[in-house]
Amino acid sequence: MTEEKRYPEKPEKVYYFGTCLIDLLYPEAGLAGMQLIQREGIEVVFPQDQTCCGQPAWNSGYRVEAIRVAQHQLDCFNEDYPIVVPSGSCAGMMRHHYPEMFKGSTDELRANTLAGRVFELTEFLEHVLKITLEDLGSPVKVALHTSCAARREMGVATEHEALLKQLSNVELLQQSRKEECCGFGGTFAVKHPAISAEMVSEKANAITATGADTLISGDCGCLMNIAGHLEYQEKQIDSRHIASFIWERTHATER
Amino acid sequence: MQQSAEFHTRVEHALANGQIKTSFRSAMDGLMAKRKAAFPDPEALETLRFRGAQIRANSLSKLHELLEQLENNCHKNGIQVHWAERIEDANNIVLTIMQNHQADLLIKGKSMVSEEMELNRFLEQHGIECIESDLGEYILQLAGEPPSHIVAPAIHKSRQQIAQLFNEKFPDIPYSDDVDRLTRNAREILRKKFYAARVGLSGVNFAVAETGTLCLVENEGNGRMCTTVPPVHIAVTGIEKVVEKLEHIPPLLKLLCRSATGQAITTYFNMITSPRKQGEKDGPEEIHLVLLDNGRSRIYEDDELITTLRCIRCGACMNHCPVYARIGGHAYGSTIPGPIGSILEPQKAGLDKLGDLPSASTLCGACAEVCPVHIPIPKLLNRLRFERTRNDHAGATLGQSSGRTVMEAGIWKGWSWVHSQPRLYRLAMYIITRLRKLLPQRIGPWTQVRKAPHIAQKTLHELALKEGFNDK
Repeated sequence: MTEEKRYPEKPEKVYYFGTCLIDLLYPEAGLAGMQLIQREGIEVVFPQDQTCCGQPAWNSGYRVEAIRVAQHQLDCFNEDYPIVVPSGSCAGMMRHHYPEMFKGSTDELRANTLAGRVFELTEFLEHVLKITLEDLGSPVKVALHTSCAARREMGVATEHEALLKQLSNVELLQQSRKEECCGFGGTFAVKHPAISAEMVSEKANAITATGADTLISGDCGCLMNIAGHLEYQEKQIDSRHIASFIWERTHATER
Repeated sequence: MQQSAEFHTRVEHALANGQIKTSFRSAMDGLMAKRKAAFPDPEALETLRFRGAQIRANSLSKLHELLEQLENNCHKNGIQVHWAERIEDANNIVLTIMQNHQADLLIKGKSMVSEEMELNRFLEQHGIECIESDLGEYILQLAGEPPSHIVAPAIHKSRQQIAQLFNEKFPDIPYSDDVDRLTRNAREILRKKFYAARVGLSGVNFAVAETGTLCLVENEGNGRMCTTVPPVHIAVTGIEKVVEKLEHIPPLLKLLCRSATGQAITTYFNMITSPRKQGEKDGPEEIHLVLLDNGRSRIYEDDELITTLRCIRCGACMNHCPVYARIGGHAYGSTIPGPIGSILEPQKAGLDKLGDLPSASTLCGACAEVCPVHIPIPKLLNRLRFERTRNDHAGATLGQSSGRTVMEAGIWKGWSWVHSQPRLYRLAMYIITRLRKLLPQRIGPWTQVRKAPHIAQKTLHELALKEGFNDK
């Protein structure tokens, strides 16, 4: 679905767009992503004025409100550095929907330029930094839920898996119907809670059935949804953003 | 919001239906697997989908011209063409043809446009009996239900339910839940109707402008019977079904069959180009083509929404939709359900009537991934969400701004205000993180099946500062 993507040479500096969900709920995941990049000798710039990519309003039909927020991000990330985003969903918004959002407006060029610089974290680690990971953790079984945006919009499902496969003590288990949506869908979960509940409970059951100790996802929306349900059901499964998971298992290599 | 309440009731009803959870869901799994097996080479599939999209986009780009060409060529071939702007017009055209032939029985092949027209109900009001001859459609006619899928209309029914239904309606025929036996029974009943009917009706999968040919894809042979046995054949279709050239048919047919059922080709493929000619032994004496607009021209006017009209009705988007798989086709309350229905039907009926459909999607993109003609369904769902809430009175979508509420608009305005002012945003996040223990642990329906999300002690903004990450 996605066009052939070209990746830049390893840069000296990158921007980091932390996403609003990570900011409030999973800051350690955001930080882990930054540390992974920094460990490769790259300066990570985190503009303090960043807020949200605008997706919640955009997907709810409130375009004027979304554009206003997106415009603000155009201001925050105006230098020519790659922008790394630890979320397939928010990266997809900035890479694929910003051009559409600003089409015909005075910000069109800025939006297109920014969109071209956006990379989802795992593709950046894999293709730009060509990161090698040394697993220092004890053996663990994991299940990976790749978000729909990471899979279909950003096309980075293989990158998620490739990174996990570098970790020698991690066994990646396959849940049934793993390509299927977890039922979050932003405001979908609020507007159609019954359908969402059905979807998340099936997803959680499929993950539990693998016997995994930890659920991993590259998107905090899915994580909040599935882990929230697992917790509600009092299932003993940990959940981690992929950045946290990788960082926790590899960071002692740096002394 | 009356329509929202009705939609939610239908959804709840569907979610409580155990059969959807089990047999319906596995039927969808089966269709997905068949499609996958039918396209073993991903590169070849992409090339073919691209070609399909190109053909359909090209046809739509010169729709007016092609429709004229179709009309002329049909006319030359002896097919009578009728234009219907509204459903009422189309129904009246069919009625007049029936009356002209003193026909009181119509034998029908599968046609979603006739469903859209509610033709059966209309004709029955005028004393004309309609018999569906597609097995699935016939089952539903007996049950008094609308189709729940555009390709497999009765897929929501189990073999046992169908056996029961036959037993109720035809007590003289011995009970059987054997599929072959049931099919044979239906065949015997229908065969008599084929001979008795003076008029047969069908849909059209593709209408070829350059030759005036009507293409009909089917598996049961009932389509061929409907279009050849009765003396009169009426084909009803939407104006968007026209394609330019005969050479466009093979790629589209390949895409349609493989995407729909995983078949390389259907058991029957009919190309109807004229009524019976002198000296020919079969075929109808008269053929009528009814071309229905019913809002399609309005969709056509919009550069983005026009892609809706590319659809070749394969049903792959519904087979792959996680929402459709949970709620089935009836919950949508529209003629065509699933992802394509959620973009097409609200545009036809108006967002004030079916405005919930575009919101009943997670925008997961599974539909667009399999669409054989590259309809950007999630993008169009998003667009219709916008149309439903915008209040600038621009654009032409029916029922625009009907879903805008003061409360929702207020929430997004406030959200937008906070998220475009960094200091205010940081302050708000600071306060929320500090007060996290005081925040409610129950948040509406979210926490009916989930624990509330855990708000962090400190935001990433704070952690980034603390860890010395530069701001510029």
